[in-house]
Amino acid sequence: MKNPIKTLLMVSLTASIVTSVTQADTLFWSTQAKPVEESQAMRDQVLANAGQAVDYQPSDPGPWLTRLNAELEAGKGTIGLLGALHGDFTSMNPDNLVDLSSVDLGSADVNKTFTDLGMLGTSEQKYLPWMQATYIMAANKKALEHLPDGADINALSYDQLISWSKNMAEAAGEPKFGFPAGPKGLKHRFFQGYLYPSYTNSVVRKFASDEAVVAWEKFRELWSYTNPGSTNFSFMQEQLLSGDVWVAFDHTARLANAFNQQPDDFIAFPAPAGPTGRGFMPVIAGIAIPATAPDQVAAKELVAHMLKPETQIATLRATNFFPVVDVELPADMPAAVRISGAAIATMSGSADANPGLLPAGLGDQGGKFNQVFVDSFERIVLAKQDIRAVLDDQKKALQAIMEKSGAPCWAPDAPSEGACPVE
Amino acid sequence: MTLILCVWVLLPIYLLIVNSLSTPEEVIAFPKRFFPSFNVASLEFFAGFSGIVKALQSSIIVATITMVLSILIGAPAGYALSRFEFRGKTTFRVLILMTRAFPLPLLALPLAIMFIRTGLDDTMFGLALVHTMLALPFSVLITFSLFSGIPIELEEAAWTLGCNRVQAFTKVVFPLILPGITASAVFAFVISWNEVFAASVLTIENRTLTAFLLQSLDVSPMHLKFAGGFVLVMPALIFIFAVRKYLFSMWGIANR
Amino acid sequence: MENKALPYLLLLPTAVFLCLFFLYPFSLVAWQAFVGDNGFTLEHFRSMTDHWKFSISFWNTMLLAVAVVPIQLILSIVMASMVNAMRKGRDIVLYIWTIPLGISDLAAGIIWLAIFEQSGFLNSMLQSIGVADKPQNFLTYDNLWTIFLAIALAEIWRATAIMFVILVAGMGLIPKEYNEAAEVFGASRWQRLWRITLPLLRPSLQTALILRVILAFEVFAVVAALGGTSFPVLMGETYNYQFALQDGHVAAALALVILAVSIAFTLVIIRVLRVPKEAQI
Repeated sequence: MKNPIKTLLMVSLTASIVTSVTQADTLFWSTQAKPVEESQAMRDQVLANAGQAVDYQPSDPGPWLTRLNAELEAGKGTIGLLGALHGDFTSMNPDNLVDLSSVDLGSADVNKTFTDLGMLGTSEQKYLPWMQATYIMAANKKALEHLPDGADINALSYDQLISWSKNMAEAAGEPKFGFPAGPKGLKHRFFQGYLYPSYTNSVVRKFASDEAVVAWEKFRELWSYTNPGSTNFSFMQEQLLSGDVWVAFDHTARLANAFNQQPDDFIAFPAPAGPTGRGFMPVIAGIAIPATAPDQVAAKELVAHMLKPETQIATLRATNFFPVVDVELPADMPAAVRISGAAIATMSGSADANPGLLPAGLGDQGGKFNQVFVDSFERIVLAKQDIRAVLDDQKKALQAIMEKSGAPCWAPDAPSEGACPVE
Repeated sequence: MTLILCVWVLLPIYLLIVNSLSTPEEVIAFPKRFFPSFNVASLEFFAGFSGIVKALQSSIIVATITMVLSILIGAPAGYALSRFEFRGKTTFRVLILMTRAFPLPLLALPLAIMFIRTGLDDTMFGLALVHTMLALPFSVLITFSLFSGIPIELEEAAWTLGCNRVQAFTKVVFPLILPGITASAVFAFVISWNEVFAASVLTIENRTLTAFLLQSLDVSPMHLKFAGGFVLVMPALIFIFAVRKYLFSMWGIANR
Repeated sequence: MENKALPYLLLLPTAVFLCLFFLYPFSLVAWQAFVGDNGFTLEHFRSMTDHWKFSISFWNTMLLAVAVVPIQLILSIVMASMVNAMRKGRDIVLYIWTIPLGISDLAAGIIWLAIFEQSGFLNSMLQSIGVADKPQNFLTYDNLWTIFLAIALAEIWRATAIMFVILVAGMGLIPKEYNEAAEVFGASRWQRLWRITLPLLRPSLQTALILRVILAFEVFAVVAALGGTSFPVLMGETYNYQFALQDGHVAAALALVILAVSIAFTLVIIRVLRVPKEAQI
């Protein structure tokens, strides 16, 4: 234990050493790697040897978008490189992004599906994939004894998850399943990429089908064994660590602290399966250069740096987001990477895997598309309204969004001519 | 009673300190400890956080400019509102308040465009202008209410004794409203200190500490969340401590 | 007053400032609420009120303000008069009571969540004194009243200092002779407060109340931390429309609702707590 006064002195000492940023730095404006220790690692480990000075600034989507729009509208900017999710880029006007096909990627073998998504429906490379993640399940080891008979943790069904949660609730005297339904929680992804594909083999077409009604009934049942504080949970690692929750669904990066802090206490496993398979979806973050970037050459060099295999591995260590290029991972990766990596491999390699794609072509309707699922959840599950009535009502909103954006269907929905129809 | 209220105010702060000075395991443990183990690892993390000192400097500079500007601009307006009857007085007061009643995040976009075009963008002064706008309702209305409490006869007496308007103001009125000026200064400082949105949109290189840290805290692990909160809160508390005694009228009628 | 232009001269800097940094951007944003694909429209207001969450968040915001502000008003009057009457140690008491002023709403949300969450400080305390044998879940979607209570407590903690500081500064200007004279005539402490202090404090009370009420309608960070998605408020919905749904039109409409409510309450307070000329000293 050190003397706090000494620490204070140390603070001021470090102060005098820290160098200040100069004008020519490339500004990396990002919505990802926001937690303080992740942005620290981005600066120290990922960007330190980029061959140029980079000012890495993560921020909330609100300020991120406001600043970007202001620069685009003013026609003059300081942002050199954008880092954001696929959905953030689709909501932008593609004309505002520089074509990246001229970037020399060297030996990096970038995932083709992802680069296609990065075209944003144009003939140019509007963004390049930067890193990827997905959503998985995590459990405290003490929950395992309550697994229903005959259930295989690596091949769970939704019914088994429900009876498992029921067993846990009875054993613990309170619900121990956790779901990120808080303000910043990614609940809508669960419905879009997991529940709907697993029960309807669709996201849009069968939004209000009878199969969808069954899916919501199942989720309602699961919810009755879910910690009712879940409407406050946005990062399930916190509740897993505190023990408020034993089993949870979330984004791999939002479970990482649990695995890293107590690797012996937590396990990761694939999302459950329904009648139409084991639905799951990727998360893709991309990098792009806005048309107003002050130095496009430097920015493109930075893009190339970000996709180098060794940078991708450093990024994985820093952020718990997986590489988008073909790399051999070293053995000494953080616990979260090892644990969740194995679960992801099991999930995508399972016989009943039903991988979905990310929506493309929704444009600025992306937020409203998510809202349809959030509203359905809040009305059906929290407000306990009639499922059929809610779905018929929300269907109209979904239909309007699809028609307005003209987005064609994406997997697992069957391809469509023109806008994806809601049947 | 005094003691109960002190405990009520201090307890949450104390708990914040306990959590900042605990190990990550202790922060997530249950039941919680009510005494810190004086583990400074979390605080040390912020000591080594790159850019934090520069951000701290920016924060202090922006807050200081805000403080000075909001008083220089606001106090005359407060004086005018209290001493004169004129058309549009209520309208003016409501207008000033509107700056606080309209959500700033929506105003940030047009402001940012304006700033980029005029070159105010990414300057501490530019940000201080926006923060002054937020602090103005406080400084105008507080000085207004205090000037209203000072009898005009006091000033008039000074005039008859040969002071001009300015002298009467500085020698008689100013000492009386010093607490009000101080209160306005405190508000201006903390408003600027705690403002996140405009700061994260309008500054890049000159990021304030709040914009630099605060928006990342709620997604950070528990122990860093609290330690970061502690780092953010302390400078503001030190500032209030430094100016606290001016909140009382030093020469005020009450203390004669 | 010898110079007719003087008041306007004194107001000029503030006015210029307001026009440049508030009215100009404000008019651009406000315009968004009324403009659609084919010019002027009220469609955005319609889609705002049509959304099922609008009335809930509107009434939540009102309810919270109505519950919290009066308590804060009384508390800050009591605290200010206590500090004022104090002889010893009032320096330090004043400081302590001012502390929450320096704490941002986001930080306050973090602190109070640590208290109320399931494995938080409150449960730890209840368990250690044996009141509860297992941690209670206070912040659940099916128990809105506990969420409301938690938010109200956190808001009272956080924002009472705003009024307190203004009232302390105002009370310092009340001549002590008034109170002393009243004491000589046998007025009780309560009578003195009611008959002398409060009437003379009216300008400061008005200011404190107006500023507090306006901020109360913009409440967001503490509510989001403690209430999650179960306690929507107007400001949160505004953010949601602006940034998640990227619909600046409806966001502007919501912001105008917040503005309208604030102005309405301000005008009421200005009327009720009018400071007549003869009431000035």
